[in-house]
Amino acid sequence: MPTIELRNISNFICRNINLKISGGELLVLLGPTGAGKTTLLNIISGLTLYEGSILFDDEPIDKIPVSRRGIGYLFQDLALFPHLDVRSNIIYGLLIKKLGQDQIEARLDEMCNLLSIRHLMGRYPKDLSGGERQRVAVARAIAPSPRILLLDEPFNNLDIKTRKYLRLEFKRILKGLGLTTIFVTHDFKEAEEMGDRLAVIDSGKLEQVATPQEIFFSPNGDKVANFLGSPNIFDCDNYEALGNGLVKASCEGLTIITVWEGGKLNKIAISPEDIYVSRNEPLGPPINRYKGTIIEEISLNSVVTIKIKTTSKDILVRMRKEDFIAESLTVGSDVFFILPLRNLKGV
Amino acid sequence: MNKLNWLKPQWSMLPIIVFLGGWELVVRFGLIPGNLLLPPFTTVFQEFYRLIANGVLVDNFLRSLVRVLIGFSTGSFAGILMGIMMGLDERTNKAFHPILSLLYPIPALGWLPILMLWIGIGELLPIAIIFICSFFPILYNTITGIKTVNRDSIRTAEILGASRIKILKTIILPLALPNIFTGLRLEAGMAWRVIIAAEMVAIPTGIGALLMRAESLIRVDIIIVCLIVLSVMCLSFEKFFIYMEHRLTGKWR
Repeated sequence: MPTIELRNISNFICRNINLKISGGELLVLLGPTGAGKTTLLNIISGLTLYEGSILFDDEPIDKIPVSRRGIGYLFQDLALFPHLDVRSNIIYGLLIKKLGQDQIEARLDEMCNLLSIRHLMGRYPKDLSGGERQRVAVARAIAPSPRILLLDEPFNNLDIKTRKYLRLEFKRILKGLGLTTIFVTHDFKEAEEMGDRLAVIDSGKLEQVATPQEIFFSPNGDKVANFLGSPNIFDCDNYEALGNGLVKASCEGLTIITVWEGGKLNKIAISPEDIYVSRNEPLGPPINRYKGTIIEEISLNSVVTIKIKTTSKDILVRMRKEDFIAESLTVGSDVFFILPLRNLKGV
Repeated sequence: MNKLNWLKPQWSMLPIIVFLGGWELVVRFGLIPGNLLLPPFTTVFQEFYRLIANGVLVDNFLRSLVRVLIGFSTGSFAGILMGIMMGLDERTNKAFHPILSLLYPIPALGWLPILMLWIGIGELLPIAIIFICSFFPILYNTITGIKTVNRDSIRTAEILGASRIKILKTIILPLALPNIFTGLRLEAGMAWRVIIAAEMVAIPTGIGALLMRAESLIRVDIIIVCLIVLSVMCLSFEKFFIYMEHRLTGKWR
């Protein structure tokens, strides 16, 4: 699978983007709506005009037309051909490549096994569920053996459960195929699960390219940190193993128990929306439970962001406005908060 | 079992049978107010049989049918062709749209006087009228059909390696078919309405001309026969296109 290199890519949205993606890597392009993620995919596929150069295995492909770039592209709406049944959708690209009937049947068979869609062959797109449509669209995109696969928020219109299941399955399939893939999303959790590396883009500019962990713990500037939701990051002085993969760490005056099986634990982080806040002392053992006072409140639409002062560090918490009202929280309230074990990240 | 379906009572025919029976009784028993010239249904039916037997109806009907078929098929073909060009290419659309927008609102029969002067009274005149009547609505339906094809479907086909012609044949035209058929269906009936009007005004042969002759001879029975033929033809043409649309697009819509 080819290495992809973007050199000084610019157009009406993207600004001087330089990026190198290794062969077989799954890179996640992460950014808010309107950041230029789809535009960058369109540039790579040749659908949008651009300045700069794109190289596949060090060979420039800028003059190669869209139809001959050897790209698999999954649009946000999947764009299954509604007038063709599943079989015809999948073999569309194979027929254009003028493969023999035997080769077409063999490739179709391979796709059916890979994506478990054999039972859908005679159906039309209107008769497929959301998850089935995703599978068929992926099969159609990868059937002609593209050199690179571009996925533009393909799980957007699915329910949370199907979405989670499919992204794990697709990651396994893509990794198995060793296909160089760029996956676009605006959801950090999805990005974290899918990607080997993440490239954070905002206002057409590449802000940071790193592993999910590096981006979460060391966001490069305010833009990236804000996009990630300004996670609470605690520097840890020391820690002791409790067994069963748990450690008790001392981080900026708080004693935090977390799951940790790595080497040295330097930092612990948690997203503001993952912290649970209550006026009354929560039931259960006193693990990862702390007291503090609300010192700031910012309301935006249906979300309230509060800052809780503790004996050591200020904690940022984001919650639904209705929960904030239900708990009768105001600036000056003394509150209890919990850092749930499974939402803590360590590095 | 299916072979016996025709034996089952066709309930949709019942209102028609009741209507025809009522018509016959009202006329036979002299229940019509005033001096309305209305023959009983059986007289109309006898006249229908007589007109077929002496060849008058068949001859006039065939003349109208040929005019409709030639005018409608050429008008539709031209409308679809022009619609494809305008739907696919924005420059062509911008170049022709203002002129066509001005011509479209003119009723087909509005062209009759000028066409009489330009091409004279002959076989070409009703065909030209039908051509105009079919061309504009089908043109606009084709443009709409092509413009509403999902852009990502076209891009996907392009990325999969399809040429422009291949994309047109395999993606754009099939997906524009429902809109094109809407135009064909509506205009197929309209073509019959217009041909009758054109023949009534300017052409000495065809169902419309037969209608006018019957009117001057105060033959209400012949007028009614002509109206029934017209109604059946409008309905048959529309049903044909509904059937074709269902056959070609019913599976995936």
